[in-house]
Amino acid sequence: MTEILGVPVAVILGQLMLGLVNGSFYALLSLGLAVIFGLGGVVNFAHGAFYALGAFTALLGMQWFGLNYWAALLVAPLVVGLLGMLCQQLLLRRLAGLDPLYGLLLTFGLALVIQGSLHQLFGASGQSYPVPAALTGAINLHFMFLPRYRAWVIVAAVATSGTVWYVIERTRLGATLRAARENGPLLQAFGVNVPLIVAATFGGGVALAALAGVLSAPLVLVSSEMGTSLVVVVFAVVVIGGMGSILGAIVTGLALGVIEGFTKVLYPEASNVVVFVVMALVLILRPAGLFGKE
Amino acid sequence: MERVKWLLGVIASVALGSAQPVLAASDQVVIGDIDDFSGVYADAAGNGAVEAVKMAIADFGGAVLGRKITLLTMDHQNKPDIGASKFREWVDQNGLNVLFGGSNTGVSIAMAKVAAAKKVPFFAIGAGGASLTNEDCTAYSVHYVYDTTALANGTATAVIKSGGKTWFYLQADYAFGAQLQSAAARIVEANGGKNLGTVRVPLGAQDFSSFLLQAQGSGAQVLGLANAGSDFSNSLKAATEFGITQKMKPVALLAFLTDIHSVGLQAAQGIYLTTGWYWDLNEETRAFGKRFFEKVKREPTMDQAGYYSATLTYLNAVKSAGTTDSDKVMAELHRMKINDMFAKGGYIRADGVMIHDMYVMQVKSPKESRYPWDYYKVVKKMPGEEAFGPVTGACPLAPKK
Repeated sequence: MTEILGVPVAVILGQLMLGLVNGSFYALLSLGLAVIFGLGGVVNFAHGAFYALGAFTALLGMQWFGLNYWAALLVAPLVVGLLGMLCQQLLLRRLAGLDPLYGLLLTFGLALVIQGSLHQLFGASGQSYPVPAALTGAINLHFMFLPRYRAWVIVAAVATSGTVWYVIERTRLGATLRAARENGPLLQAFGVNVPLIVAATFGGGVALAALAGVLSAPLVLVSSEMGTSLVVVVFAVVVIGGMGSILGAIVTGLALGVIEGFTKVLYPEASNVVVFVVMALVLILRPAGLFGKE
Repeated sequence: MERVKWLLGVIASVALGSAQPVLAASDQVVIGDIDDFSGVYADAAGNGAVEAVKMAIADFGGAVLGRKITLLTMDHQNKPDIGASKFREWVDQNGLNVLFGGSNTGVSIAMAKVAAAKKVPFFAIGAGGASLTNEDCTAYSVHYVYDTTALANGTATAVIKSGGKTWFYLQADYAFGAQLQSAAARIVEANGGKNLGTVRVPLGAQDFSSFLLQAQGSGAQVLGLANAGSDFSNSLKAATEFGITQKMKPVALLAFLTDIHSVGLQAAQGIYLTTGWYWDLNEETRAFGKRFFEKVKREPTMDQAGYYSATLTYLNAVKSAGTTDSDKVMAELHRMKINDMFAKGGYIRADGVMIHDMYVMQVKSPKESRYPWDYYKVVKKMPGEEAFGPVTGACPLAPKK
């Protein structure tokens, strides 16, 4: 069999696919963060907690109301997104105009409260969420068996990210959102409800985190800790992509998933630091990030 | 972020610590419990273990030698510095008489050092590292429930006997994972098996599929999971998803009842594991399980049962010795036999290991499980000496014979 760097090509292709799956989660999560920062100016440290809340909404929806997976894909982002809007209205709104550091501290505290509550209510060891029946089994790609569910994750993440990018960068609605960020008072003078737009933007970003949470529920145990380490990686992705850049978040998310996947084969011990090494290199060579403007 | 978390933790612990009353030590016996109450191991011991200690204190009558028994608890957050400094503070300010330490080998090693310096008995309960009674042993340490040697002796031997000769390991990349993997690898080799490789996975990894494909590529018959808690559950879940469990036999080198509960029998069925105790062994264990369940709404893990037993053992030793003097109590602990619902004829060896029977278990299939928490069937009851093995000589208190 052909080999590259002593690793069989089949293995490399396999890791490429798995990297894309992980990259899909990075892309969705960092996209939400980029939306919240780029359009709302908030550094949302509670993103991992909202991701966990999305997964919990799916899990509890199934246990309490018999809500199936497909319905959860819609309901969880909606519920958690509304919760996000509520947080924005009650708390974050009061920090408008202050240094972003205050928002960071507030959302960090919010993350601790959400995680602590989930932990208190549901324990530490997590619960299983079944893979939906239509997506069980695997596809034979000849170099590997790819579980159908993981293939679905890639499709869902790419489709969602593409849609969000299109809406923000190419439609009138997106233009309004960006205008609210650029010059809120002026936009308000045109009769647009700017505070609502700001709240909805935050809710939308949070909904993306919740969607990622639902997508990951069948893959990992649903637990209060599930977003804790992930959110740090996702922040690195946002920094590498360029703070607030929508396209940057999507492309960098997918790319870093793949880079991490290769590291897992070549030198597994480094797999949880490789993202930060890339971040350091990017910050040295291009301080504004790969897709950043300034 | 970690630093901010740490700082908040310190502030919180200072605030909580100062709220605890500082009382004269002589009119009471003070038991401390420093454990993981908020992290990944919180369900295996945590609050359930505190409940178990309270049950033991109540069963003992709430007092010993005419002195009231009080209990202090603290979350070590899996940080050795927090565990060690809280232990020291309790000894200096609250007149602590004995410490029970929960999960995490790293934290337990740090607390054992304090036990030696302060001359206060320390029962390591949830931690697994066998080094606690080898190179890190002290005259005041007792390792009560299980250790990495016993886990490997039990599970690896049973699996090799059932035909699993070639092994590949998924190892959590820290002290505990390394001790567990090397203990298992030694057993595999000694029994004519072969170790085909190990992949070291960072603690708390998000995704295990890459590592599992490497394991599959090795062609080994057995997948040894040298990890714990959510790492164990997530790796097993992914192994099932990728169909790896159809060709390789997954083996849990450490799994608690709560982990099996999390993963579910569908994914965990057929897996081998070793445990120091199980709630459904006999009438006595079921009775304890029933009482515990009423309070905690879960069946107890081996750690939680161990906490109950350790509390009684310590209090019995104090009663027999007629004092809480650490040296006299330790001497009594090494002399006495432990007979309760946790252990039969158990005893504490010179190096600090509590020698008692261990059980090799196989997880039931969903069909075999007849009632809630009916998860294990006993493959083999291993006598304590066989499970924990002979003294190694690494601990100066117990020279090799």
